[in-house]
Parts: sequence; structure tokens; C-alpha cells
Amino acid sequence: MDILVSLFYILIFPGILFLGVFSLATEFVDRKLHARLQNRIGPPWFQPLADFIKLAGKEDVVPDQADRTVFKLMPILAVTGSVTAFLYIPVWGTNALWAFPGDVVVVLYLLTIPTLTFFLGGWYSGSPYSLIGAARAITQLFAYEIPLFLSILAPALLADTWSLSEMAQFYARHPGYTPVNIVAFAVAVVALLGKLEKGPFDIPEAETEIVAGTFTEYSGRLLAMFRLALGIEMVVGASLIAAVFLPFGLGVGPVIGFVLYLAKVLFVVCLLSLLRTVLARLRIDQMISFCWKIVAPIAFLQLLVDLLAKGILHG
Amino acid sequence: MPDKVRVPIGPQHPALKEPESFLLTLVGEQITEMSVRLGYNHRGIEKACEGRTYVQDVYLIERVCGICSHSHSTAFVQAVEEIAGLEVPKRGLYIRTLVAELERVHSHLLWLGVAGHEIGFDTLLMYTWRDREVVMDLLALLTGNRVNYGMNTIGGVRRDIAEGQKQGILNAVDALESRTKYYIEVASQEVTLINRLSGVGVVSHEDAIRLGAVGPTGRASNVARDARKDDPYAVYADLDFKVITSDHNDVYGRTLVRVGELMESYKMIRQLVRNMPEGPVAVKAPRKIPAGEAVSRYEAPRGEDVHYVRANGTDKPERVKIRAPTLANVQCVAHMLKDRYLADLPIVIAAIDPCFSCTDRLIAVHGAGREPQTMDWEAVRRYGIEWYRARGTDFTDLNKKLRVKIA
Repeated sequence: MDILVSLFYILIFPGILFLGVFSLATEFVDRKLHARLQNRIGPPWFQPLADFIKLAGKEDVVPDQADRTVFKLMPILAVTGSVTAFLYIPVWGTNALWAFPGDVVVVLYLLTIPTLTFFLGGWYSGSPYSLIGAARAITQLFAYEIPLFLSILAPALLADTWSLSEMAQFYARHPGYTPVNIVAFAVAVVALLGKLEKGPFDIPEAETEIVAGTFTEYSGRLLAMFRLALGIEMVVGASLIAAVFLPFGLGVGPVIGFVLYLAKVLFVVCLLSLLRTVLARLRIDQMISFCWKIVAPIAFLQLLVDLLAKGILHG
Repeated sequence: MPDKVRVPIGPQHPALKEPESFLLTLVGEQITEMSVRLGYNHRGIEKACEGRTYVQDVYLIERVCGICSHSHSTAFVQAVEEIAGLEVPKRGLYIRTLVAELERVHSHLLWLGVAGHEIGFDTLLMYTWRDREVVMDLLALLTGNRVNYGMNTIGGVRRDIAEGQKQGILNAVDALESRTKYYIEVASQEVTLINRLSGVGVVSHEDAIRLGAVGPTGRASNVARDARKDDPYAVYADLDFKVITSDHNDVYGRTLVRVGELMESYKMIRQLVRNMPEGPVAVKAPRKIPAGEAVSRYEAPRGEDVHYVRANGTDKPERVKIRAPTLANVQCVAHMLKDRYLADLPIVIAAIDPCFSCTDRLIAVHGAGREPQTMDWEAVRRYGIEWYRARGTDFTDLNKKLRVKIA
């Protein structure tokens, strides 16, 4: 029986099936909204699924110059990393499927894995475009990762816990503390844009410069897997932001709670869409200086605010 | 990462709309060396002109470029009219100028969108291209075609503009003007856009003159050259307009110049519509053009377009030479990209508004020092087959296999 439950968790909910379907749905919302904001009609609802099936049905071409093992392994690792991170994020209510003190760090760590796989996959593709894309992906990682960590850790400090579920419980008990972290929310959204390689931070896959960057040599099922990983990463990232910064309506039962969770994730996705619509792509040097000179100091400021708030409230 | 990476941009690359090749050597993100190779689009139009009559040539020349088709055909007919000594009626010149300015509007709006796309700002592309439809529809209404208008003929224009169409033109211009004002606002306020454009692709005033930059590329470096002002053709002498310049010297300046020129074009279109005189639109041109030669200058949206025509008294020209503005501007690109970043490359190339198929009309002989040799078709074919066979591809083999399969 235990095995069946575990299989259900892994394959159906909150595992691959749910995340896959939800990520395709959010991709549709993202693409449709992006299109409508650009005065286009946009794709029909099944387009992300159709794209996925089409890619999955195509031949995998591995370049002669590429390292076959790494090239084929990386897309699988990317999906695994982003799916696993979801297990520790509370969906409805205040409890994740699994929780332990310190799971915040684990989630953030697991969310870095897709970027690392993009880097390695591009690096071992053997194409100059992939090489530059890979170098950009890893450079960009150093720019947004610190602000993202800081922006998630600041609310954790205030809640005095290293577990996402306990954080949710704390903010559910004290909803008045949530607005304190509003700046960290903004920082997290910006960092998530960088993590998902979406405009204005789509530098590693800048079409007009390096074709498709790290993904240039990928095709067929492997590319489908990478795209799925990015989609799931978007859902997981948005869920993380929703769990940490939008902790309202948590005690209303599973059905309404679940609908509320979907609404929160879609809200974050819409924010991401809006930002990528209204901004031009930055250069990698501009992106790094923006993240280090503006976003990171703001994140530090938030940390300071949370420390002070903690001192006043608990002391 | 290896010290130096060689990255081919082209002949096939998403940033380029036409095949041309830029081979870059990168250290990190910085471009240290760059070699430009043009000539993938040579179509032999000049030679083809010599085999056709003047009237047929007008339509052939119109197809030199898809965007500034009217520019090339006007430059050509102006040269022929000068040789033949034809006096084009005023109304014909007004209509010719009107289409020319409408073409400038559609070309600059198109450029604005392409520039947005090159810096990853697709929203701008979608917006400007939607607005561009207004002027495209207008051109289709006036001339019957969206792209190759077929408006010019030797001695005037082929279609008149009806009184009822005038209000439609003015309405369209009003709508476009308000949209252009919005883009000026965007260009002066949107931070990421300004960051990506200013300080990029710098050409100083002196360098712009030395490298012979023309059109908006030169005017953005404060070179106030404009054939419409310096050597007025058609009815530009009757029109009140300013030559827009900028002293930014960079891609941002080129954007401001183009947007400014849009506003000037709207002004000119209004004047043209209001002051259009009555009368015929064309005079009859002789089939045979008397011997003589002429150079015609025309300020195309991309810069000065120069046509040279030599006539020998028959109904076919002896020589036609076209110097498209991109040929003058492409020299600047390598200068602009020196020690810049890879990310700047697409927008710097796009900022001269290149049109490579218009430019490719010169054959450079590689391997100078060898005796030039003349080959007939069969010999060229054999030479090609041998050349590829020496490099491991046998096309005759391929043919055999194909034939077997079919049988």
C-alpha cells in the first residue's frame, strides 16, 4: 500500500502528471497574455501540449562533437530537479507533502539544478552558440541567485524557521507581518525572471545573437524535456513565491485552498508575463551590474528590515 | 572557456533577414576581430537591364529592393527623363513625391520594429508593425500594391489620385502621427531601451564623413546631408521640411533621427495633398532614348541612392549602375563594432537599416594574380563538379542515385 501511495505521489500528484499539466496550462496563460499585451491573438489553449507532443515525436539529433552521455542526461536531470523541489512547497493549507527544518535551503538548491543542467548541456554540445549560451547561463546564475536566496531568507528570518511549511504557518498566524516582506517579493520576482531566462533576462537564449543559446543543438524529446523543465520550474518558482509572500487564505479547506493556490500561481505568472512584455533584453554586463548594484542591496535592506522587525516584535 | 571563440553570424542566422556573413572572433563576450563577407545575394540586375527595354527596366529596377522599391524606380526614371529631356508634369511629380514619403514612413516604422526585435523588445515590433499596416493599406489604395507599387513610368506616374482619396490620406497621417508621438515618448522614457541603444555603435562626426555614411546613419552623427535638401529633385524644393540630425553618434541617435523624420514626412504628406496642382500626371516618353548619360540622386529611407544610366540611342540602356545606400553605410559597421560586445552586434548591423540584396551588385575577384579566364557554361559546370568532388561531395553521384530511385 505504501508503495502505491508513493507511486501516486511521484507520478500523479504532486508529481510529474500534475506538474506537467499545470506547467503546460501556465505556459498557455503566459503565452496568451504576452500575445494579448502585444496586440496579437495568441495561441489556442492546447498549443503548449501540441508543441510538446510534436517535439516528443521528433528525432533526437546528437551532434558528433557533443558528449553523448552528458548531452542526453541533462534534460532528464533538469526535469528531476525542478519536480523534486515542488515536494517541499506547501500547496494548500500550511503543510507541504514533506517538510523538515532546513527545507528552504533544499528547495533553493534544487531550483539551481536546472540552470546547471542548461550550462552543462550547452557546454558539451560542441557548438559555439551553445558555448556562449552556456557561459551566459552560468554568469547569469551568479547574478540572480544571491538576491533570490536573500529574498527568501529574509521572511524566513522573521518567521524564525528554516522550513517552508513552518513559515506558512507563522504567516498564517500573523498575517500582519506579510507586508513587511513586500520588497523581498519584488526582488524574488525579478530573480525568478532571471532563473527562468525570460525577458529582459533571456540573455542565454538571445535569439538574435546566439540562435537559441544552450538549446541550439537540442531537438526532439531532449528539447521537449528541457522545455518541460523550464515550464515546471516556472510553476515551482511561482509556487515558492506564492507560499512565502502570499500566505493568505490557508485555512479554508482543500478545495477552495487549491483554487486559491492556482490563482496565486497564475498571478505571479501574469506578473512575469507583464514584465517580459514591457522590457527590452539587457546585455549580460548590464544584467550583472543591475543585479549586484541594485537588486542585491535592496535584498540586503530587506534582510535588515526583517532583523529589526524581529527585534522589535519578539524582543 | 577557450580563450578565443570563432562565431559565425550568417550566412544563415536568426538576426539576419538576408544571407550575409560576419565571422567573429570573441574573447568572452567581446568582439576582437570581425570579417564581413557580402555577395550571397547577387542577382545580376544591372546586366539584366541591358537586355531589356527602358519600360521593362522600370519594373525590374523596382524589384532591386522590397522596402524602398519606389526609391530605386524613381532614381532610374529620373536619370532616363534627364537623358531624354522630358518635362514631367507638376502633378506627376507631386504624386511621385507623395508615394516616396509614404514609402519612407513605412520603411522607418518597419525599421523601428526590427530594431526592437534585435534587442529582444518584441512588443515594439508588434506595435509598430500593426501601425505600419495603416500606411501599407494606404499605399495599396493609392497604387494597387503593398510593396512594389508600379507607380513610376518614364515621363511621370501611372495612376492619378482622386479627389475623394485625399481625405483618407490625411486621416491616415493623423492617426500615424499620434502613434509616432507615442513612440517618441517610449524612446525617451523606457530605461531598458535607452540602455541597450545609447553608447552603442558609436561613429564620431569625423569618422562618419571619412567612412562616407549616408542617410540616417550619417545624420545621427550630425552630418546634415540629405539629397532632398542638397540637390532637390521632384518637388522637394517646394516643400517646407527640416533635415533631422542628432549629435548622439550612436544607435539611439539613429532611432531619434528616424522617428524625427517620420514627423517631417507627415508634415510633407499634408503639404503634398493640400497643394497638389491640377493637370496631367505624365507625358508620353519616346520608345528610343537618345544617346547620353545621367546620374540621378535620390534620398531613399536608408540614405542616398545613386543611379547611373548611359543610353546609346536604342530602346535599351547601354549601362545601368546602382549604388544602394547600404554599400555606403556597411563600411561603418566594422568600425562601430570594434571592441564591442556580441550582444550589440544585431542592433548595430540593424541600425544602418541594411539591405544586402540591394547592395550585392559588385563581383570581387578572389585570388587576384591568377590570369582571368573565360569559361562557357559547360566548362563552369565541369569546374564546379570537380571542385566539389575534390572536397568529398560528388554531385554527379547524387544524380545517378536519384535516377535509380525514380526508375
